[in-house]
Amino acid sequence: MADTRSSFAQSDAYLSALIREVRAAPAARALPAIGRRTLFKLAGAGAAGLVLGFRLGDAAFAAEVGNDNTAASQSLAMNAFIRIAPDNTITIYSKAPEIGQGIKTSFGVIIAEELDADWNHVVMEQADINPKVYGYQGAGGSTSIPRAWDQLRQAGAGAKAMLIAAAAELWGVDPSQITAKDSVLTHAASGRSAPYGSLAVAAANMPVPDPKSLILKTRGQYRLIGKRYRGVDDPKVVSGQPLFGIDVQLPGMVYASYTKCPAAGGKVRSFNVDEIKAQRGVLDAFALNGTGLSVEVMPGVAIIAKDTWSAFQAKDKLKVDWDLSEASTESSSQFSAEAKKIAADFPKKPDQDVGDMDKSFANAVKTAEAYYDYPFAAHVPLEPMNATAHWHDGVLEMWVPTQQPDRGLPLIAKVAGIPQENIVMHQTRVGGGFGRRLINDYTCEAAAIAQKVNAPVKLQWTREDDFSHDFYRPAGYHQFKGAIDKDGRIDAWQEHFITFTADGKKEASGANLTDNLKYSIKAPNLRRAKTMFRLKIPTGPWRAPGDNAQVFAAQSFMHELSLASGRDHVAFLLDAVNREVPELAPKDKSINFSPKRASDVIKLCAEKAGWGKTLPKGSGLGLAWCYSHAGHVAQAVELSVDANKRIKVERIVVVLDVGPVIDMAGSEAQAQGASTDALSTAIGLKITIENGRIQEQNYNAYPILRMPFAPMTIEPYFIQSDNPPTGMGEPAFPALAPALGNAIFAATGERVRRLPLRDLGYSLAI
Amino acid sequence: MLSLTINGQSHQIDLPEDMPLLWVLRDHLNLVGTKYGCGIAQCGVCTVHVGGKPVRSCQLTIGGVGTRAVVTIEAIGQTPNGAKVQQAWMEAAVPQCGYCQAGQIMSATALLNFNPHPDDSDIDAAMAGNLCRCGTYIRIRQAIKNAAAKTA
Repeated sequence: MADTRSSFAQSDAYLSALIREVRAAPAARALPAIGRRTLFKLAGAGAAGLVLGFRLGDAAFAAEVGNDNTAASQSLAMNAFIRIAPDNTITIYSKAPEIGQGIKTSFGVIIAEELDADWNHVVMEQADINPKVYGYQGAGGSTSIPRAWDQLRQAGAGAKAMLIAAAAELWGVDPSQITAKDSVLTHAASGRSAPYGSLAVAAANMPVPDPKSLILKTRGQYRLIGKRYRGVDDPKVVSGQPLFGIDVQLPGMVYASYTKCPAAGGKVRSFNVDEIKAQRGVLDAFALNGTGLSVEVMPGVAIIAKDTWSAFQAKDKLKVDWDLSEASTESSSQFSAEAKKIAADFPKKPDQDVGDMDKSFANAVKTAEAYYDYPFAAHVPLEPMNATAHWHDGVLEMWVPTQQPDRGLPLIAKVAGIPQENIVMHQTRVGGGFGRRLINDYTCEAAAIAQKVNAPVKLQWTREDDFSHDFYRPAGYHQFKGAIDKDGRIDAWQEHFITFTADGKKEASGANLTDNLKYSIKAPNLRRAKTMFRLKIPTGPWRAPGDNAQVFAAQSFMHELSLASGRDHVAFLLDAVNREVPELAPKDKSINFSPKRASDVIKLCAEKAGWGKTLPKGSGLGLAWCYSHAGHVAQAVELSVDANKRIKVERIVVVLDVGPVIDMAGSEAQAQGASTDALSTAIGLKITIENGRIQEQNYNAYPILRMPFAPMTIEPYFIQSDNPPTGMGEPAFPALAPALGNAIFAATGERVRRLPLRDLGYSLAI
Repeated sequence: MLSLTINGQSHQIDLPEDMPLLWVLRDHLNLVGTKYGCGIAQCGVCTVHVGGKPVRSCQLTIGGVGTRAVVTIEAIGQTPNGAKVQQAWMEAAVPQCGYCQAGQIMSATALLNFNPHPDDSDIDAAMAGNLCRCGTYIRIRQAIKNAAAKTA
């Protein structure tokens, strides 16, 4: 094993690369032409009915006609996404994890749109993990929609083209004269029509069209995209049917707990193995050295038991002699104190230096300075980390609730010491991600444990495990200085960002200043530098990484500058975003930042919120905006604050441009949910580290917002610009907190420069 | 040996009396709709009805259930209010990740059983023990009102 310090860095480097990769929404790219024909059979496709399977893999978009299509039970592969049964039921496979962002519904709608399927007879199923067939199968960075947009539409359009070709041959007519609607093909001239189900066998034997030859619909032709949908799994969700990773139950299954050192980096010397093995219901107990990487398997003690309760009870009795020689002894309060101390000392070597800062400040009409900070935060989705693994017949079969099942494959293969081909992975519905489940540590642990257990085993973390072994949103500290020129415009922005590093060279994962910010600040003189503290506690992506807190600091300070300028905040923001500062323009062509889209959401948000209206004393309206995860978003909060600093949120307005909306009900849900999550986080959430140990161990110490404090309404509005659609999971988070802070200032005259607001005495009124 | 009545069925259970009902349901009776979330009655995802009242099953031992009937999410749809609440949940497209929703539905159904026409403060009081990490509260509130509007 590498020394612990480099293990921390190695884990962190893996995560940083993963965030970069996840967040880079690839520019639309033509898929390769028809490749070689290879058979791809869907799991469970051998049953009655028909499988249409395109192979949309690495180098091929190939149709498949199986060798076994000899009987009624034939299995014809034409498309890995679509299966059509004789009764006209269309099964569509969703390739990526459903974590609450709604893609199992949206993916179906996109395919069904191009297929012209009857949505009432579409059944959505979760695809197994097979990156060779499906390509990327993760869910992160709000990129599921933009990454899959072309692929899914082509899958639907391609299958439809094959159905039409089959009908054209059968009827002896030109394919161009056949129309498709609601899973029925019609030839108007001859009055003939046929449901898809009756044509599926013939269609599967048709040549697979070159995806480039497919004419995809234009927006005016959409019948399904943009409507409101119920979640495809909702009937199962509301009746408690098994869906989630934690719901996996297998014959002969045993249950495991895994206990790691409460201080990151501690190793097991020994534990009370005899006492543990004697506990009621316990079958076995053993220590694992792991790989020493937090993104894989850290050292710990596994307890195998007859049920979860017995595994947890024995875990409570566990006494481990931890080797703490290389473990974290860090404390968040020390970081805060140190950051505050050094904030005013701007580093000699800036990371970015545009224009002439000194000249700007010398000529400034007004200047402002402020220090902002925010704490570490945990993800803690409601389904605690778990995974089920069964090591049998040389195969590791796994059931995983993760955001990146495909990315788990190589890690699990490494941990288990087996080829990746020997892993069979089923993805389950995921009880919340928020970025936590981009990391596959718990699936790797389940794999390592399963290899020592002669039965299927479900690894179940306790909630306390989840709080203690997260990949936290890093705390951050910002010292800002800004200058306003004689025309009341932002002229200079200086920022000293104090953050964390795992390797001593670059920012820890999730701890870098996001590029998004500079597109919105647009100060012609911009200087930014950082100071980094070494950190052993793992950090990672947390819903809208970087943006989720940095936008709070930056857009709050933008409000401060607008006040210094004497200009209206909205006018000030519009002026800044439309400024031409070539050095701050995106270099990467795939970045879709647009001053016009930004202006449009800001303007509409101001209009909907009633910007400029007179409010009673003690009430205030605040606004902020951000460019995040390819979305342009503005948010406004109207609130009142009483003498006891109790905040009553009257209204929240969210305006988004994410291009065309796929599922309006789902998109509104994300806008409302992300705003609620952001309010919850801004008011109350904080992780405290003491001597390397996480102090908050359960929800009683981590006050996620509850029903009585939830806003009565959050109003989402969409500007459906004519751009390719982008994701909804994250963009509606970052601008809420600065809008809230700006509203508090408007109501009270007190500037909030620290999160969570409860640390400043604020709370939400019922 | 304990006798428990769950969803109208009698079960003879040979398990320690101090085992929480949650884990008996999940691991031994394969009723996995009732979820584990915190283990300390803070999140509400394990809510079931015991003797008609909403109870956090992570805190109730099977020895403590006694003769009271247990109803879980799997069977709540067989009650008039349970069915209305489930229907309202689907019509309002409440679930995001969906993990908390079984507990939310059990709390909401219990609310309507005792109070057919709850106002906002009644809803606040009845639902305060159920966390939703995705933030679906606005739709939960609406779905409860919609279900109540259908209550005869």
